Amino acid sequence: MAEQPAHKPAPPRSNARVIRWCLAGVVGMFAFGFALVPLYDVFCDITGINGKTSGRYESTEASTVDMNRTVKVQFLAQNGPDMPWVFRPVLRSVEVHPGEATTVNFYAENPTDRDMVGQAVPSLSPSEGTLYFHKTECFCFNQQPLAAGQNTKMPLVFIVDQDLPSHITKLTLSYTLYDQGEPQVALANTTIIDNG
Amino acid sequence: MSAVADTHAQDHHHGPASGISRWLLTTNHKDIGTMYLIFSFTMFLLGGTMAMVIRAELFQPGLQIVQPEFFNQMTTMHGLIMVFGAVMPAFVGLANWMIPLMIGAPDMALPRMNNWSFWLLPCAFLILVSTLFMEGGAPNFGWTFYAPLSTTYGPPSTTFFIFAIHIMGVSSIMGAINVIATVLNMRAPGMTLMKMPMFVWTWLITAFLLIAVMPVLAGVVTMMLMDINFGTSFFNAAGGGDPVLFQHVFWFFGHPEVYIMILPAFGAISHIIPAFSRKRLFGYASMVYAVGAIALLSFLVWAHHMFTVGVPVAGQLFFMYATLLIAVPTGVKVFNWVATMFRGSLTFEAPMLFAIAFVILFSIGGFSGLMLAIAPADFQYHDTYFVVAHFHYVLVPGAIFGIFASAYFWLPKWTGYMYDETLAKTHFWLSFIGMNLAFFPMHFLGLAGMPRRIPDYALQFADFNMVSSVGAFMFGSTQLLFLLIVVKCARGGEKAPANPWDGAEGLEWEIPSPAPYHTFSTPPEVK
Repeated sequence: MAEQPAHKPAPPRSNARVIRWCLAGVVGMFAFGFALVPLYDVFCDITGINGKTSGRYESTEASTVDMNRTVKVQFLAQNGPDMPWVFRPVLRSVEVHPGEATTVNFYAENPTDRDMVGQAVPSLSPSEGTLYFHKTECFCFNQQPLAAGQNTKMPLVFIVDQDLPSHITKLTLSYTLYDQGEPQVALANTTIIDNG
Repeated sequence: MSAVADTHAQDHHHGPASGISRWLLTTNHKDIGTMYLIFSFTMFLLGGTMAMVIRAELFQPGLQIVQPEFFNQMTTMHGLIMVFGAVMPAFVGLANWMIPLMIGAPDMALPRMNNWSFWLLPCAFLILVSTLFMEGGAPNFGWTFYAPLSTTYGPPSTTFFIFAIHIMGVSSIMGAINVIATVLNMRAPGMTLMKMPMFVWTWLITAFLLIAVMPVLAGVVTMMLMDINFGTSFFNAAGGGDPVLFQHVFWFFGHPEVYIMILPAFGAISHIIPAFSRKRLFGYASMVYAVGAIALLSFLVWAHHMFTVGVPVAGQLFFMYATLLIAVPTGVKVFNWVATMFRGSLTFEAPMLFAIAFVILFSIGGFSGLMLAIAPADFQYHDTYFVVAHFHYVLVPGAIFGIFASAYFWLPKWTGYMYDETLAKTHFWLSFIGMNLAFFPMHFLGLAGMPRRIPDYALQFADFNMVSSVGAFMFGSTQLLFLLIVVKCARGGEKAPANPWDGAEGLEWEIPSPAPYHTFSTPPEVK
């Protein structure tokens, strides 16, 4: 709150000046509303909340495997609205040691009679573990084209960080598969790849 | 100081133009204030009618009157119309009428923009209400229009709803700029900021809130517009967006918005209670700082509306404590009002009755708000009728009783006649009883687990719902009495003196009643 000293009269202000400042505020807040979109992603990325796992992990040092500890990683797969594919993890869960690279596969099948493109969006629970779950290879980094009637095994390579807080003994990775339409259309609209 | 203004004005200016052009083209703050108030009351009756449809359907379990699709349109339109059509324009109307009179200004600072910002509103609501007659029906996703319910699954009329929100947002922003320019530039000589009447203070802060959050609302509906029509994916997970983002952006607007709807009422009540207690307002400076503190805190609490979407524990704790903190400045205000009444020589005319009911019932709404703010408990209450009870307790006896109190308090100044006190007291008591009958049982319904926005319910909720519906019909029909009282008062009655109230203070009471078309052409001197 701008406050005037009681003994001095307020300096004369022109309406134009007030309007200018107010409009600057309006434009600024409108822009802020849109700035919240990238800010939200950055904030979720840094803090790992919201279960958004990050993109491709480049290991910087040879990681040591902590053989004394095991973490259970469970996999879930579900379809987005109107997605007709068969989509499921080959293994429901695996026991891993922190630091060790593990490969698992997801099975996808396009039972329709048209060529389609799918995009899987990951989410990790509990979100506290998100920062400690690294994917070095994931089918979710790219869109997945499947011709009519075709099926495929899609690989995921991940490392659970040794720094995973000790109270977390179980991680659940969930993928939702979305229909991205026909192959050509989908390639033109590719927006998600770097988002992982 | 009062006599100076008006005799002078009559020589140079004529009165209002005649016919419809007076209202279409007017730049007079009193005309525009009147139009805002009439518009607001019209919307209040329309939104109220929708509430009656809702309560009629909920009178008994099972579906009797409307289909669930139409029921959802009713809850959505009721909320939108009451928030944006009834409460906000009513306060802008009061601001137009009273701020220039209270600070000794001849008019609002930007009178032509004032005219425009009013006439945008009927356009916006014509668009909004017309969606009821469109194919696919009106918006049916609740007044909070959460994505993807409103984007992927919304009716085709959603685009019209978005434009209506844009237009009313522009109107609100222009109104807010006008208030800020008027208050900063047009105060009478000697009226420093800390001598301003409380209503002016609360409106100045409200105007800053409007400028801060209405553009964010415009932004979020623009994102919806693009998601629906231009293939973007702000809120669509399939394209890399996030529906939870919608809730963050919406409530970043939404929480300050609820203070926009209550702060001007705080201001008006801070005039009415001293007037009928015949004492000065207790703790003026602390009242000003409390309003400022509430406004600042309102930007830091938005996620308490979304504890159940999966906010991390640290976030829940932050938003819980920040929310609980708002009780402190609010408590300062409530205690100051009580201290103002303490050992005053009280009389209980209609404005005072509404003001006292405001203090008591708003506090009840505040307390249920504290219950909802407690994150672990909120998981039980979230999206139940307890929430409905809470926000109706702060909006009906809060915002709306504040508007009624203001209307009765200043009606003699507006019309030049006293309103019918007996009828006004009847209006108060019927409203008071009806409102409590309608909304108090909703607390129990919510605690027992009845979800909100649902046209049918389990049998064990039947009795409380019937009581609630009876109360709602009583409250709703009583408002026609208010219309009668105002029309009667406008047409004649006992002549009102310049200051009809013993204890009322302020520049607005120093000009004759009714307030002449032009006032304070020469600014009064404030000591």
